[in-house]
Amino acid sequence: RAGRVERSGAVQNRSGQQLQCRESRSVVKKDKMSSRNPMLIKGVRTYGRSKAYSRKQQWKHEKKEGPKKKERTPKTSVLRQRYVPAERVPKRLKSNLTIKKRKTVLKKGIQPGSVLIVLSGRFMGSRVVFLKQLDSGLLLVTGPYKVNGVPIRRINQAYVIATSTTVDISGVKIPEHIDDKYFARVKNAKEGEEGFFSNQEKINPEWLAKRKEDQKAVDTGIVAAIEKVELLDTYLKTKFTLKNGQAPHAMKF
Amino acid sequence: ADTPQKKRGKKMTQGNRLHVQGVFLGYRRSNANQYENTALIKVDGVRSREDTPFYMGKRVAYVYKAKSKKNGSKVRVIWGRLVAAHGNSGTFRARFRNNLPPKAMGSQVRVMLYPSRV
Repeated sequence: RAGRVERSGAVQNRSGQQLQCRESRSVVKKDKMSSRNPMLIKGVRTYGRSKAYSRKQQWKHEKKEGPKKKERTPKTSVLRQRYVPAERVPKRLKSNLTIKKRKTVLKKGIQPGSVLIVLSGRFMGSRVVFLKQLDSGLLLVTGPYKVNGVPIRRINQAYVIATSTTVDISGVKIPEHIDDKYFARVKNAKEGEEGFFSNQEKINPEWLAKRKEDQKAVDTGIVAAIEKVELLDTYLKTKFTLKNGQAPHAMKF
Repeated sequence: ADTPQKKRGKKMTQGNRLHVQGVFLGYRRSNANQYENTALIKVDGVRSREDTPFYMGKRVAYVYKAKSKKNGSKVRVIWGRLVAAHGNSGTFRARFRNNLPPKAMGSQVRVMLYPSRV
């Protein structure tokens, strides 16, 4: 772009053409020809579509129509093309269009066999053994039941403190059918009002028997591993509490 | 559980506290104005700003009793979260679902250990 004009010399534009320059004035000249259809204000040009068409002599440059394509529905009429929505509808970010569900990242200290402290809920304060992470991201834990009365359960890792203690459960195989669906609420067999008023507290004996069976299958190996380590069973039996003078931020778990 | 026995023969029960005690000091304020949407909480054992990161985001409960029973209990709770540190001496700012009532000033507040990042 030519900037300030020199008095003496001629000024050349990018293509090498000599330009006439006015002396004694600083003129910023554009190399290209100024627009034939300048903007009046943003978005509004001086000449409308038809005027611009004739000024540009677009009839000269128009492509010749090829073999006729399949007739389209009226949707692609001229009016449609010029449609601008009254309210701007925000377009979804590409990254949001396909939301990939990633598994919850386990906290650093949680390994299979880790002892976790349950912070809330029915078994608040209990020390439990972590088995594995389920597909939903929740942790599958067990007391074991014989040790501290906590059955196989799901728990969210936000409601758990991971301790550095671990139980060797490398030899333990967790049954495949114990997944998120296993823990789904059991719906009442009787539908409607009858089901609502019937004794919902009753536990299906079949369901209970299966649960006990699964508990045994999981726990036997773990209890065996616990008994090999001195005091580990007592440790798991004891509940975690805070006492006066204890501050969790200063504790090493 | 193997619980230690006191000499007098009384069985010592295991405590079950899984929260840290805190005190509601007052609302966030300047000299002449106070902003009730943010409460100031002093947590037991936290005395400097360096100790505060552990408790960030932890849920806080103001537990109180009322005359009438609601949901089968006379005990009521207002839940909140520790939101930021306040000053250099380990005080916290907390926001509650509903602002704490002024009568709670000076009374205990429970700082839970969850959501846990440890």
